[in-house]
Amino acid sequence: MSDTPRAGGPGDAEEPRDSLAVPEPGSEQVVGVRQGMFGDSGSGDTSGFSELVETVAMPGPSARPYGGDFDVVVDHLSTALREAGEDIEQAIEHVVVDRGELTLRVRAVSLPAVARALRDWPDLRYELLSGVSGVHFPSDTGRELRAVYHLLSLTHGRRLRLEVTCPDADPHVPSVVDIYPTANWHERETWDFFGIRFDGHPCLTRIEMPDDWPGHPQRKDYPLGGIAVEYKGATVPPPDTRRSYR
Amino acid sequence: MSEETPRTGTDGPDGTGGTGAPEDRAPEFTATGGDWKDVVEQAANLGEERIVVNMGPQHPSTHGVLRLILEIDGETVTEARCGVGYLHTGIEKNMEYRTWTQGVTYCTRMDYLTPFFQETAYCLAVERLLGITQDVPERATVVRVLLMELNRIASHLVALATGGMEIGALTVMTVGFRDREVVLKLFERITGLRMNHAFVRPGGLAQDLPPGALEAVEEAVPVLTRGIRDIEKLCNENPLVKARMQDVGVLDLTGCTALGVTGPVLRATGLPHDLRRSEPYCGYEDYEFDVVTRDSADCYGRLRIRIDEMYESLKIVQQCVDRLRGNGGPVMVGDKKIAWPAQLAIGADGTGNSLDHIREIMGTSMESLIHHFKLVTEGFRVPAGQVYTAVESPRGELACHLVSDGGTRPYRAHFRDPSFVNLQAVAAVSEGGQVADVIVAVASLDPVMGGVDR
Repeated sequence: MSDTPRAGGPGDAEEPRDSLAVPEPGSEQVVGVRQGMFGDSGSGDTSGFSELVETVAMPGPSARPYGGDFDVVVDHLSTALREAGEDIEQAIEHVVVDRGELTLRVRAVSLPAVARALRDWPDLRYELLSGVSGVHFPSDTGRELRAVYHLLSLTHGRRLRLEVTCPDADPHVPSVVDIYPTANWHERETWDFFGIRFDGHPCLTRIEMPDDWPGHPQRKDYPLGGIAVEYKGATVPPPDTRRSYR
Repeated sequence: MSEETPRTGTDGPDGTGGTGAPEDRAPEFTATGGDWKDVVEQAANLGEERIVVNMGPQHPSTHGVLRLILEIDGETVTEARCGVGYLHTGIEKNMEYRTWTQGVTYCTRMDYLTPFFQETAYCLAVERLLGITQDVPERATVVRVLLMELNRIASHLVALATGGMEIGALTVMTVGFRDREVVLKLFERITGLRMNHAFVRPGGLAQDLPPGALEAVEEAVPVLTRGIRDIEKLCNENPLVKARMQDVGVLDLTGCTALGVTGPVLRATGLPHDLRRSEPYCGYEDYEFDVVTRDSADCYGRLRIRIDEMYESLKIVQQCVDRLRGNGGPVMVGDKKIAWPAQLAIGADGTGNSLDHIREIMGTSMESLIHHFKLVTEGFRVPAGQVYTAVESPRGELACHLVSDGGTRPYRAHFRDPSFVNLQAVAAVSEGGQVADVIVAVASLDPVMGGVDR
C-alpha cells in the first residue's frame, strides 16, 4: 500500500478515532418542505391533497462504523490532515454513508487542504477528480448551493464524494484547479449553471451558455422556459407550467 | 479583399468603431475573399509572428461544433484553447421536469454516438436510488451489455472513420460508416430506432428482444469482424497513417490523471484502467475479454486500442448471444409499482401500446386502468438521496450523478461526459505541434459535441 513510510503514517491508522459527526439516530438533513400533491397552489383544489405537507430530507450523518473500507479512508484522511496541520473535525462537518457510497461534507475553507490530502497521501491516492457537479436547494437556508466532487482512486480502486455547501448570498467555494487541473472546466460549468464562484480559478468564465447570458440556468429559481404549443385545437403548456406531481 | 485595421480609431468596416488604445491589441485582418497573398504580406510587413486562428465552430475536421482557438507561429501551434457550448440544449435541466422513466428519453440524446451508455448509466443510478439493483432481471442485464458492446463498436467505427477522413484516408471513412450501418440496423431491429432509443429503462428494458434478433446479431458478427479487419489493413501498417499519428498528440499517464482523461487515451499510456474490470457493473465480471493497452501514449496507440477493443467487444457480444439463447424470462423488475404497465406492439398505424393491454385496462379492470394512468402520468417516487454510477463508455468514464428529493422527477441529473473532460486535454496534446497535428490529436481524443455540451 504505502511506498513512502512517514511519521504518523498508516501504522497507527486506528489511533485517531475522531468524534466526527455526532448524529442523533435516524437524523436526516431536511432540505425543504413539499406541499400538496400536484398542480398550482391556490387553484381551487377540492381534493384535499393540497393539505399534504411533506418534509424533504436527504440521508443524514452516519456514525461509526461506516462499514466497508470507509472507516479506513476516514482514518487515513484524519492522519493526513493532521500531518498537514489541519484538524479533521474542523475540516469535515459530517460523514454520510448511503447506498454504499461515502460522502464527506467538507467545510468550504478546508476544501483545498482536504483535496490535497486525498490526492497525495499514499493510502488515499485519489488521483482522479471525476467531476464537479452542483445542486441547488433553495429552501435549505444558508446552505442553498452545493458543489459535489467525485473522486476516484486508481491505486486503491475507491470512490469518494466531497460535498461543499455555500449560501446563495455569498456563493464562494475555493477552487481546486491547482490540485486537480481537470476541475477547470467542471468549475466553469458549475459557475455557469449555478453561480457558485470558485475563488482562485484561473478564468472563471461561462462555458456552455453564451458569455452575456443573464442568470444561471440550473438553479431551481430559474424557469425552464418554453412556449405553449397548439395541437389539434388544444394547447399544451410548456413543461414547467403544466400540472404536475410533486 | 483583405484589409488591415491596425486599431487607429477605426474598429469596424464602417469606421465607427471604438477608440481603444492601439498598442495593447493585436492587429486584426479581415479576409473576405480575394488574394491571400495580400494578407500574408501585410502580416509579414508588421513583423508580427503571432497569429491567432479561429478554427471552427463550423469546420469539417473539428468533429462537430468545436471551436479551436489556435495561436500559431508559422506552422507551430504555441497555444490552443477550446470553445464549447454551441450544442448546449439544457438536457439536464429538462430532465428535472420529466418523470424518472422519461429521463431516459433525454439522456439518450446527449452523446449521440453512445446512446446506450447514457441510458444504462442513468438507469443504474435510478436503480441504485431505488435499491433494486439486485432485482433487475438477468436477461435485461445481458441485453444491456449486448447493446452497449455493439454500441461501442459503432462508436469506435465512427471515431476511426472521421479520424481517418480528417487525415485524408477516405476509404477508412467509407469502411467505417459502412460497418456502423450494420450495427445501426441491429439497433433498429431490436429497439425500433437507429439512435435515441430510450430502450433501457429504470428496472430493466422497454421490451424483450424481437424474434430473430439473436440470429441477426450472430450473422452480423463475422461481417463486423471482416470490416474491422479491413480498417486494420488500411491503417495499422500504413506508412502514411504512421507518419501522421506516431509520436503525435502524446499525453502521458501524469497528464491523463491530472486532466481527468479516461478511456482509450488513458489506456494508451499503458494503464489498464477499464471500469468494466475495475468496478464491474451489469455483470461484466462474468465475461471473458481483455483490457487493451498500449504504451506509446500517442495518437497511433489510441487508434490501435480502438481497433483492438472492437474485437474484444465482439467477443462479449458473442458471449451475450450464447447467454440469451434459450433463456427466456422477464426483462423488467417484477415490482408493478416501477415496471411500465404496457408493452409495445405494432398496429396498423405504427408502434403503440399493445392492444391486449388496452383491452384489459379499458374493458375489464378498472384497477389496471388507474394503475396504468398513475404510473404513466405521475410515475414512481424515488427515495431521497444521491448516487454516482459510472460506466465505461467508448470515450472513457461516463457517469451519472443523480439526486432525488423523494419526488416523481429527478431533482438533479448531472452527467460526467468523457468527451467534455477529455477535450480539456486539447491544449496538452496539440501545443508545440504543427497545425496539421491538431486535427489528428483532437480526432484521437474523439470528442462528441452532443455529449460535451449536453
